[in-house]
Amino acid sequence: MPTTAPTASAAAHVLSDVTASDAALRRFLHGLPGVDAVGLEARAASLGTRSIKTTAKAYAIDLAISMVDLTTLEGADTPGKVRALGAKAVHPYPTDRTTPTTAAVCVYPDMVAVAKEAVAGSGVKVASVATAFPAGRAALDVKLADVREAVAAGADEIDMVIDRGAFLAGHFMKVYDEIVAVKEACGTSARLKVIFETGELSTYDNIRRASWLGMLAGADFIKTSTGKVAVNATPANTLLMLQAVRDFRAQTGIQVGVKPAGGIRTSKDAIKFLVLVNETAGEDWLDNHWFRFGASSLLNDLLMQRQKLATGRYSGPDYVTVD
Amino acid sequence: MSDRTPERLTVFKTYKLYVGGKFPRSESGRVYEVTDSKGNWLANAPLSSRKDARDAVVAARKAFGGWSGATAYNRGQVLYRVAEMLEGRREQFVREVAEAEGLSKAKAAAQVDAAIDRWVWYAGWTDKIAQVVGGGNPVAGPFFNLSSPEPTGVVAVLAPQKSSFLGLVSVLAPVIATGNTAVVIADERAPLPALSLAEVLATSDVRAPLPALSLAEVLATSDVPGGVVNVLSGRTAEIAAPLAAHQDVNAIDLAGADEALAKELEIAAADNLKRVLRPQPVDDWSATPGTDRMTAFLETKTVWHPTGSLGASGSSY
Repeated sequence: MPTTAPTASAAAHVLSDVTASDAALRRFLHGLPGVDAVGLEARAASLGTRSIKTTAKAYAIDLAISMVDLTTLEGADTPGKVRALGAKAVHPYPTDRTTPTTAAVCVYPDMVAVAKEAVAGSGVKVASVATAFPAGRAALDVKLADVREAVAAGADEIDMVIDRGAFLAGHFMKVYDEIVAVKEACGTSARLKVIFETGELSTYDNIRRASWLGMLAGADFIKTSTGKVAVNATPANTLLMLQAVRDFRAQTGIQVGVKPAGGIRTSKDAIKFLVLVNETAGEDWLDNHWFRFGASSLLNDLLMQRQKLATGRYSGPDYVTVD
Repeated sequence: MSDRTPERLTVFKTYKLYVGGKFPRSESGRVYEVTDSKGNWLANAPLSSRKDARDAVVAARKAFGGWSGATAYNRGQVLYRVAEMLEGRREQFVREVAEAEGLSKAKAAAQVDAAIDRWVWYAGWTDKIAQVVGGGNPVAGPFFNLSSPEPTGVVAVLAPQKSSFLGLVSVLAPVIATGNTAVVIADERAPLPALSLAEVLATSDVRAPLPALSLAEVLATSDVPGGVVNVLSGRTAEIAAPLAAHQDVNAIDLAGADEALAKELEIAAADNLKRVLRPQPVDDWSATPGTDRMTAFLETKTVWHPTGSLGASGSSY
């Protein structure tokens, strides 16, 4: 632990040697402590048993709504659907204007302009997936062109996928270089979220390595998954990533955000994740600048729970939009 | 070594709720003692909370699409299957009804037989009710005008007091026969507000949930899809209030509510325009029920379909 708070440039210095060569990077990533899988899952499960009620619950629900990246990533997305999503992000519950806005809408690059227009002036950000999402199987030039198109269209955030094939084959430097290149393409206007697709990384050790790799390469956010595979965000893999960002800040002074995505559908689940954040990374991350939920159906459940708290009556799906 | 065989220990049954095709304990972890008509302990039944009610509504809503979309003929088969399964467990129900209502074996058997027959009766109605309440309407224009009944949705059912099994079947079967899904509260008379829980449990009325909870076990083994019927036991007033106010419940049958509770629930139910079936005095549950309980939870969809030539081109079908 450094005795004084290091600056970003000093931080870059602290770990700059580990990315000096492929061998050094491999040595560093394989030198990370192994993950106690049983302990990790038990810890995540035990934190999930916290009972969050009344005012704390109301606070957690509003916080969770403000952290939602309202997402539509379908082949069937139309400009109309994206506009509807934008309207929902700005006014999640139109009859109750005290409802906070969501953090962002998340769309494919070709829909960024439409989304940008739909949320103009509201403070809601537009995130775009890029780099041949969701598989990431394309040449680097194609991926970078994808990113540039999204940034040019006005995307505030870019969600990139890493090349899992290269990562699993042990070509860490290739993955690192790709993230660095994408970060450069994002320029100063867009924050970069790096998606690891944890469901395809097989082991917790790999998730820890990928987290560090992403952070070393300059990710502003590390994100669990695309939502397109069987296993998406789980409390355990999110806890692991939260530990990684906490340790990374302790070593370098650089704070990196975390975004679990996919499979989080209920308010109860969302609140469990917030408990994980608070207990692992700390209060500094309890803000939509540093923690997000990649979700679509979650928002409706949060809104229904919010209504339940406000009125005392259970709400139903007839009272929220179908999207 | 003693050659005395130890006395066999009876295996007691853990009665549980029936929600979404599964048998969970109450989310609250609470139970209450159920006694027979002489005050002897029979079993512990789960004392449901409003969260159990909420979960049951979610399960019922999830099951609604499949059950209402099933063919009427198929629903009839499933309801008939319930009767078949009940026949096989007739002895158990006769015993439970006799204990719950303090009836003689013969009278309890008559109740159970009537309840089994009632399933068959409603099984027959599933594909006939449309012909009775729907049909073609004569209208003054070139249209076919067709009305067809559709299920209302998720129905909360307060099982009647006094008749723990036949009464329950008589209110439940018509609700699901037409394609609704149900959340049933299997409790007796709502306690006077001032009455403490202990006093409620001491009254003879709380014996009733056992036949209902056993019925759930039959439903689970007789092709009724999970979530179509959900059974909760506990204090009616406690569980019925959130159900009556629930925005995702489409109708409520107040058969088991007393006058004061019925009024309170009807006011709560008005908020999302629930259909409300007020409690009606029933002297004899074994009398032929008629179709009223089915039509109470049906909506009528009317379609206007043009006939003859259409538009300037004169095309017709």
